[in-house]
Amino acid sequence: MTSIYDDAGKNVPCTVIEATPNVVAQVKTEDTDGYNALQLVYGERKKSPTNALGGHLKKAGVKSAMRIAEFRDCNLEKALGDKITVEEVFEEGDVVNAIGTSKGKGFQGVVKRHGFGGVGQSTHGQHNRQRAPGAIGACATPSKVYKGTRMAGRTGGKRIKTSNLKVVKILADKNLLLIKGSVPGHKGSLVIIEK
Amino acid sequence: MDLISYVHEQLTEKKDLPSFRPGDNVAVSYKIKEGAKERIQTFKGDVIQINGIGSTKTFTVRKLSNGVGVERIFPFNSPIIDTIKVLKRGKVRRAKLYYLRDLVGKKAKIKERKFVKK
Repeated sequence: MTSIYDDAGKNVPCTVIEATPNVVAQVKTEDTDGYNALQLVYGERKKSPTNALGGHLKKAGVKSAMRIAEFRDCNLEKALGDKITVEEVFEEGDVVNAIGTSKGKGFQGVVKRHGFGGVGQSTHGQHNRQRAPGAIGACATPSKVYKGTRMAGRTGGKRIKTSNLKVVKILADKNLLLIKGSVPGHKGSLVIIEK
Repeated sequence: MDLISYVHEQLTEKKDLPSFRPGDNVAVSYKIKEGAKERIQTFKGDVIQINGIGSTKTFTVRKLSNGVGVERIFPFNSPIIDTIKVLKRGKVRRAKLYYLRDLVGKKAKIKERKFVKK
């Protein structure tokens, strides 16, 4: 992340996203697949893909793929093997959503994971239970713990969508997209930007 | 070159600001917008820290106003900065002069650096 100044002289925090041209790997239509979608390919990998995937990508003229994503009901008129660039899709001022995998936080307690308050007191006879979850169920009825009860566990590392982010700037010669605010995931991770 | 510094090169205007260090006494003239009018105000004081790198680099100026300490943080790249004048070079032994916040009067004075390398 970084920050730039807008025309009014205000400091705008923004995330720099490199959006190299995506290639259309498959055009799905209602007649053949039951729904309309565009399958896009991003990036390259050193490792050669499996024969099945390699054969699929070969139709679009791509050797390997870092990520393949499908966009349903896309209103872009594209054929197999076409390239999609940033400035075709986005404009400055657009409102977009960003989908990514959030940073993994490991095994965390309920205070961090679910925002529990904790006890709030460390004196007056308080033992070592300041960040404990407290009771998780009643006694004889229902004599079980309900499913979905919020407890400690693995936190982060999930697919997260951040909505209503604004496109601040587009630098087309380096395929860069500047989005106001933060997007899910660590530095260098892959994100899907949808309009 | 990494992408973030490329973004800065494209989007920030190069300014000719004088070089200064923590401990120096500076006068920062900055623009203030009042409705449609724009005027320039100066903030005079000691630089107590320079923080950050690249386009998010900032400096903090501290002054005493009617016996009350006032600090203002300016980004180096901020478009509101009009000019910066270095009034005095100070002789200090730290990069961050937070200790000045606890001092008043003569103890809060910074010695002047008389011989400055060009």
